[in-house]
Amino acid sequence: MAVQQDEKKPGLWARLNDNDIAYSFFHSPIAMAAAFVTALIVLSSFGAPLIAPFDPFDPAQISLWDGKKPPAWEVGGDPAYLLGTDNQGRDMLSTILYGGRISLLVGFAAVFLGMFLGVALGVISGYVGGWFETVIMRLADIQLTIPGILTAILINGILRSVLPPDLRDEMAIYVVILAIGLSDWPQFARVARGATLVEAKKEYIQAARVIGLRPALVMARHIVPNVMRPVLVLATIGLALAIISEATLSFLGQGVPPTTPSLGTLIRVGNEYLFSGLWWITFFPAIALVVLVLAVNLLGDWLRDTLNPKLR
Amino acid sequence: MITYIARRMLQALVVMAAVSFISFSLFNYVGDPVDNMVGQEATLEDRQRIREVLGLEDPFFVQYARFMQNALQGEFGLSYRTKRSVTEMIAERIPATLELVFVSALIALGLGIPLGVFTGINRTSWISKAVLTVSLVGVSLPTFIIGISLIYIFAVNMGVLPSSGRAGTVELGGWKTSLLTVDGWRSILLPALTLSLFQVTMILRLVRAEMLEIMRTDFIKFARARGLPENRINYNHALKNTLVPVITIIGLNIGGLIAFSLITETVFQWPGTGLMFIQAVDFVDVPIMAAYLCFVALIFVTINLVVDILYFVIDPRLRAEGGH
Amino acid sequence: MSIRTIAIAAMMSTTMLVGAAHAEKVLRWTSQGDALTLDPMGQNEGPTNSMSGQIYEPLVTRDSDMVLEPSLAESWKPLGTDGWEFKLRKGVKFHDGADFTAEDVAFSVARAQAKSSDFKEQVKSIKEVKIVDDHTVQFMTDGPNPILPNEITNLFIMDKGWAEKNNVLEPQDFAAGEETFAVRNANGTGPFIVDQRLPDELTVLVKNPNWWGAANAEHNIDKIEYRPIKNAATRVAALLSGEVDFVLDPPLQDLKRIDSSAELKTATVNQIRTIFFGMDQGVAELRSSDVKGKNPFQDKRVRQAFYQALDVDAIQRVVMEGLSFPAGIITSPGVHGFTKELDKRRPFDPAAAKGLLADAGYPNGFTIQLDCPNNRYNNDEKICQAAVAMLAKIGVTVKLDAIPKSQHFPKIKNRVSDFYMLGWGVPTLDSHYVFSYLLHSKGSWNGTGFANARVDELTDAFAVETDLAKRDEMIAEAWKIVKDEIVYLPIHHQVIGWGMSTKLDLPIRPNDSPQFRRAKLQ
Repeated sequence: MAVQQDEKKPGLWARLNDNDIAYSFFHSPIAMAAAFVTALIVLSSFGAPLIAPFDPFDPAQISLWDGKKPPAWEVGGDPAYLLGTDNQGRDMLSTILYGGRISLLVGFAAVFLGMFLGVALGVISGYVGGWFETVIMRLADIQLTIPGILTAILINGILRSVLPPDLRDEMAIYVVILAIGLSDWPQFARVARGATLVEAKKEYIQAARVIGLRPALVMARHIVPNVMRPVLVLATIGLALAIISEATLSFLGQGVPPTTPSLGTLIRVGNEYLFSGLWWITFFPAIALVVLVLAVNLLGDWLRDTLNPKLR
Repeated sequence: MITYIARRMLQALVVMAAVSFISFSLFNYVGDPVDNMVGQEATLEDRQRIREVLGLEDPFFVQYARFMQNALQGEFGLSYRTKRSVTEMIAERIPATLELVFVSALIALGLGIPLGVFTGINRTSWISKAVLTVSLVGVSLPTFIIGISLIYIFAVNMGVLPSSGRAGTVELGGWKTSLLTVDGWRSILLPALTLSLFQVTMILRLVRAEMLEIMRTDFIKFARARGLPENRINYNHALKNTLVPVITIIGLNIGGLIAFSLITETVFQWPGTGLMFIQAVDFVDVPIMAAYLCFVALIFVTINLVVDILYFVIDPRLRAEGGH
Repeated sequence: MSIRTIAIAAMMSTTMLVGAAHAEKVLRWTSQGDALTLDPMGQNEGPTNSMSGQIYEPLVTRDSDMVLEPSLAESWKPLGTDGWEFKLRKGVKFHDGADFTAEDVAFSVARAQAKSSDFKEQVKSIKEVKIVDDHTVQFMTDGPNPILPNEITNLFIMDKGWAEKNNVLEPQDFAAGEETFAVRNANGTGPFIVDQRLPDELTVLVKNPNWWGAANAEHNIDKIEYRPIKNAATRVAALLSGEVDFVLDPPLQDLKRIDSSAELKTATVNQIRTIFFGMDQGVAELRSSDVKGKNPFQDKRVRQAFYQALDVDAIQRVVMEGLSFPAGIITSPGVHGFTKELDKRRPFDPAAAKGLLADAGYPNGFTIQLDCPNNRYNNDEKICQAAVAMLAKIGVTVKLDAIPKSQHFPKIKNRVSDFYMLGWGVPTLDSHYVFSYLLHSKGSWNGTGFANARVDELTDAFAVETDLAKRDEMIAEAWKIVKDEIVYLPIHHQVIGWGMSTKLDLPIRPNDSPQFRRAKLQ
């Protein structure tokens, strides 16, 4: 995802590097640790097919007789299954890696969708103004009155019920992305519009307008890069929230199905076994989820403090 | 002033209209309601009869108009599952949800404001940094994990608090409250705590940010220059000035509490509107789903309207501009 | 209201609670779902019937071993092939004090036959109710019905006068537009009286001191408090922390944990319910399969391949924690017509299954969707998941759609499912119930499209056959055909597990419906 942005908007990182982000990063042990953990989880999740000992999504590889095995170091554990197996005989470690991949995928895609929509609408609103701005910003206001998670549950519920039941499981992941992404855009739109208004008053933009540069070009070349700073902070925090939203939807049984589980689905299923002593089925996914979200949040927090020098 | 409020009211109406339309479309998209109503032995004639009685054979807009007409009178029909009046069912459960939200808000304020002030003033102290970092854990833990963990620790392992339900309620003029008995407080504590943790973090961070802003303003610098005692500056001048935005944000956060009460109520089996909604989703009990959506939207719209008007009253700049 | 009155109200309520705890035996219990209504003819559904059974009584009931026993009828006998005569118990009063008479029985049958009743099927064979005298009624049937007493154990008797007074002559209908009085109020003859009814939240029943069986009552309960808890883990937590004395439906995997606690115990019994998969053999082409132009399930070899690919022992051991019995037919021990011989399974043999598939022309398998409920049977979704993995090993790619029961069952009834899970309980304890619903070509729950002229003929015949030996022969023949044809894929007979406090003595029942009139609390 990051690579894509890089290609689309050259100069973004150069601009960010102009200030002291790098300096601040290497002088904040928390930020470095968080970045390290995040990178580790992201890499291992997306590299799951390479490093995971099993493919938990391939039913032909699962044997029910291996089910409910405790972690390798416990009595009755099997060294082949480091973190034990779940109720279906899936290796927990592999399932968490694959599940983390789905959680991250949903998180990134939803945030990207929300960011793309929000920034596009926000920048155009700020730059063009007029009735377009009024409509979009009222729409954002209206949606902001309802908390994101509720909007997501609602959109998710409606999309699921509109889909033919046969496609529900296959499309579940896209439905969740759409639901979370659509519940997310107004925040981005507000921030982007605000930043655009500031930027558009600057002389070089006025000049560009006077020369008669195409508005689309001005917005894409000059405004968007300048808007991205606050948007990135929002996106990082949004990523953490999106991962939690996905987990919550899945926990409520409204998200990703158990045959291709995300971390939230794993926790929901494992929760049923908490009292029967099979703690590892819910504990490890829960830890993975919390660590991931915490690391992303810490990064977002650090980024916000860094990009907003007033607060330092 | 009047145009501003009128515009806001209009906006509120648009929201309600949109939500009511979504609610209504649930009836048409979420399965065939007749399937959920008739017993397992119903014949085709039975089904046809019910379809006609419910007016499901009418054109879409006729049905919508009828729905709106009833909804405006607070009438959402009968639950498919319990065959009881939906409005009545929601009314019965509102006290449980509102009390849960109220106690959570109290906890959130009681913890969030002092911690926010402390971390705002002692910006560099390691305690502040620790508090801030730990508070991040609060936003990183999904509500349901907090709930399950609290049940596991306090109800199952230690056995000191009940794991679920709403015990010890007392009827006060039609309002069933759990705030008057020891049992009631014991059962509200865990769910309220679960619900509040996220808000504690939000409020803490907000108060801290506001404190930092205020400390930088000229009048605080001036107060310092005058040699006023540090405590007086901090609490009398700074804190007072942070409170206005904080209170408005908290007003808005009540909406968040209601949204997340959905999850908390499910985990703790708290008999409020959120639990009823989730159960209704399982049974595809569309009248309840529709009514709940309208009810929640109404609360949000009202809170927003009040906050908007308060803003207007408090912030003179808005008045000068006559809106945005 | 002043602060002082509030304080007094609060004090009073706590003292009342404390005072009550000493004097009364209060049984607190929970389960996943509340009764849907208190109207005893409103919904024919397990938890609802169970709740009605504490408050209302039928003429004939079943004891803890499911043997028929007298309730409001003291005795009954067939009237040749024309119907049955019931002698009613004398001196029985409804909760409001009204006398119980033959009029009430006739009224209740008529009410059960009403359009809006959910119990029409059970009283379908009753043509007329003749009142001989105040305490004798005759149910005249449309042709012989040898199992009529078995069919009416959930026909609860209401007071005609009460129903008239409260305008509940018929069960709640949607046409009425509003809730009727009987949905939240009840007036039965049973051992417990409704004290408080908050649907989905709290239901309080108190002892009926004037119950006809009070003199030699088996129970010592003064008050029953019921709170539904939907979440399984929370339900178990409530039992573990001592908030409830009895959990009807703890997850099977938690029984060990419950047993390990010194204050708690569990009880298990075989349930009259068998879990199986249905395959649509009736349609020309399956809806969800990549096989076009033909229906693989019409080939018996494919059905047998599926059968032999399912490792039901693994399901029993791992998914069910040993709490189930692998099944060879789709009905349970205890149902008339069941035999050990029929219950023997074909061996689990994936290699043979692959061979059968290849013979049938699907060496590489095919794809299909499995429809499964996720809130109806013990571990339903997990069984389906396990089946997906097992079928994958013979090359069949199964897509699982696990959804709430309210959406799953219509798929079967509307015949839009190719491959589905279903469980079937038998309240009449007779094979006819299974055949008429699941195997007769016109059976309303026969989602398989299975239509066999001989089975239809036998089903219709043993419904009315009064020569019991001959009838048994017919049932055996019908079962043999069904088993040979592999109409369904049997998985297992369910086991019920209850969790309760060691202070509570409550006999477990194979229909999962507790009878609190047999409960003793220390």
